[in-house]
Amino acid sequence: MKRRHTFLVSMLAFGFAFFYIPILSMIVYSFNESRLASVWGGFSTKWYVSLFSNKQVIDALMLSLEIAFVSACVATILGTMAGIALARFTKFRGRLLFSGLVTAPLIMPEVITGISSLMFFIMMAQWIGWPEQRGFSTVTLSHITFSMVFVTTIVQARMLQSDRAIEEAAMDLGSKPWEVMRDVTVPVIFPAIMSGWLLAFTISLDDVVITSFTTGPGSTTLPLLIWSKVKLGVTPDINALATLMVSTVAVGVAIAGVVMNRAERRRQLDEQMAFRANG
Amino acid sequence: MDRKRLALWFDRKGWSDILILAPYVWLLLFFLLPFIIVVGMSVGTKTPTAPPISFGGDYPLINLQGYVRTVADSLYFRAFITSLVSAGIATVLCLLIGYPMALGLTRVSRSWRNILLMLVILPFWTSFLLRVYAWMGLMGKSSWFNAGLTSLWNDIVPASWAVEFVPMMHSNFAVVLVMVYTYLPFMILPLYASLERLDPTLDEAALDLGSKPWQVFLDVTLPQSIPGIIAGGMLVFIPAAGELVIPTLVGDASSPMIGRVISDQFSAARDWPMASAIAVVLLVLMVGPAVLYSHFQAKAEGSK
Repeated sequence: MKRRHTFLVSMLAFGFAFFYIPILSMIVYSFNESRLASVWGGFSTKWYVSLFSNKQVIDALMLSLEIAFVSACVATILGTMAGIALARFTKFRGRLLFSGLVTAPLIMPEVITGISSLMFFIMMAQWIGWPEQRGFSTVTLSHITFSMVFVTTIVQARMLQSDRAIEEAAMDLGSKPWEVMRDVTVPVIFPAIMSGWLLAFTISLDDVVITSFTTGPGSTTLPLLIWSKVKLGVTPDINALATLMVSTVAVGVAIAGVVMNRAERRRQLDEQMAFRANG
Repeated sequence: MDRKRLALWFDRKGWSDILILAPYVWLLLFFLLPFIIVVGMSVGTKTPTAPPISFGGDYPLINLQGYVRTVADSLYFRAFITSLVSAGIATVLCLLIGYPMALGLTRVSRSWRNILLMLVILPFWTSFLLRVYAWMGLMGKSSWFNAGLTSLWNDIVPASWAVEFVPMMHSNFAVVLVMVYTYLPFMILPLYASLERLDPTLDEAALDLGSKPWQVFLDVTLPQSIPGIIAGGMLVFIPAAGELVIPTLVGDASSPMIGRVISDQFSAARDWPMASAIAVVLLVLMVGPAVLYSHFQAKAEGSK
C-alpha cells in the first residue's frame, strides 16, 4: 500500500509543478526590467504602469466586462429555464431535439460555432437587414448561445438531486405553478444558478475564437487584444496583464470557495435544526 | 374577462410552455439555424461576389466539390490526419498523467483534497489564451527553460549532437504539449469523480484474497473507472481536434491542423463552401461518436 502512495504522490507533485511553473515563470518575468522576455534585467514595475496608462487595454477590458455581464445574465435566465424544463417535464413534443440542442454546443468545436454564427449574421443582414454591423450585439448574442447550455447542465444536475416532494407539497397547498417555481424551486437551486452565472461570465470573458468571428470593427474585447499581440510574440506587458488576471481569478475563486463553503455549512445546520425541531 | 382567461391559460399551461419555448426557440434560432446555413453553404459554389457564394443560375444548385476535396486534396486530408493524431496523442498523455493524479487525489486526506482540487480547477478559470502564452514564454529559444533543457541535452549527448537551443516552438510537439497543459483538468475532474465513488472495501477484499497491488489496480480499479476515462477522453479529444488558438500560436504553419484550415479557408481564401464542407466533415467525425455514446449510455442507465 505504502509504495503505491509514493508513486501517486510524486505524480501529483509532478502534475502541479507542470500546472504552475509556466504561470509562475510568467509572473516573475512580468517584473522584469528588460524588454527582452528572455533576459533578466532587474526588478521593475514599469510594465504595470504602462499597462494602466494604455487606453486600448482599459477600453477592451470594459467592453469585455460589459459583454460578459449582459450575456451571463441572459444566459443564466434562459439556461435555468431550459434546465428546469428538462428536469421537470419528462414528456413534451420535441424534447429529444431540445436536449440535443442543449448538449451540442458543449461539444461543438469553437471554430465551427464561430463560422456558423458569422455566416448566420451575414445572411441575416442580407435577408432582413439585421444586424447592420457586427459588434457588441452580435458578440453578446453568440456568447449567450454557447454559455447558456453550461448553465443548463449545472441547473439540470441540481434539479435532479432536489426533492420534488417540496414542490408537490406547495402545489397541494394551492400555489400556482409559477408561484411554486418562484417560492420553492428557484430558492432551492439558487446556488446552482449562481455558479451557472459565474461560469457563463467567465466563459464569455475568456472567449477568443467565437468572438473573433462575430465581432466587427471597433469592438475589440480584451482576449482579442491579447490575441492580436500574442500572435506577434512574447511581450512583457502581456506578462503583467496575465499576472493581474491570474491573481484576480485566484482571489475570486478563493473568496467564492469560502463563501460557498459557509453557505453550504449554514444550510446543513439549518436543515439539522429544522429536523430536530420537527422531530 | 380576457385577462382572466389569460391568467387561467398562464397558470394551466402557459407557464410551462414559456419555460420550454423561450430557451428552445433561442437555440433553434441562434444555434441550429446557423448550423443549417453552414450545411447549406457546404454545397454552394465559390464566386467572386459578396457574399462569395452562389447556388443555381450559372452554377450547379448542389455542388459537392467541397466534400470531394476534403478527401481528394492532400492538404485537407493531411490536416485531418494531423489533427486527429495530435489530439489522440494529447488525450493519451492526459490520461497517463491525469489518471495517477486523480487516483492520488482520492488517497490524500479530506482537507488536502479540497485544496488540491481547487488547484486543479484554478488554471481552468484563468484565461485559456494566457495559459497558451505562458508556454510560449517557456519554449522560446532564449528562455530559461529552453536554456536549461539545452544544457541538459548537451551534457548527455556526444559533442557533435550539441545544439544551441531546443527547437520547441512552431512544431507539432509544441501543439501537443500545450494541449496536454490546457486540457489536463478536463481529464482529471471526470476521472476523479468516477474514482471517488469506488468502494475502497473492494480493494481490501482483493488484497485479502491475495492480489498484488498492481493486480488490484488492473482488475478492480481500472475496469470500474472506464466511464470516467471515456468522459475525460472525449472532453480532451473533441476540443483538441478542432483547436484553433494553440496551433496558430505555437504550431507548425507548414502542417496545419484542421481548425486553422477551416478558419483560413473562410477568412483568407474566402472559400465558404470549402470551409463549410470541412466543418461538416469534422463535426460528423467528432460529434457523431459522442452523440452515439451518450445515447447508448443513457439507454444503459435507463434499463438499470
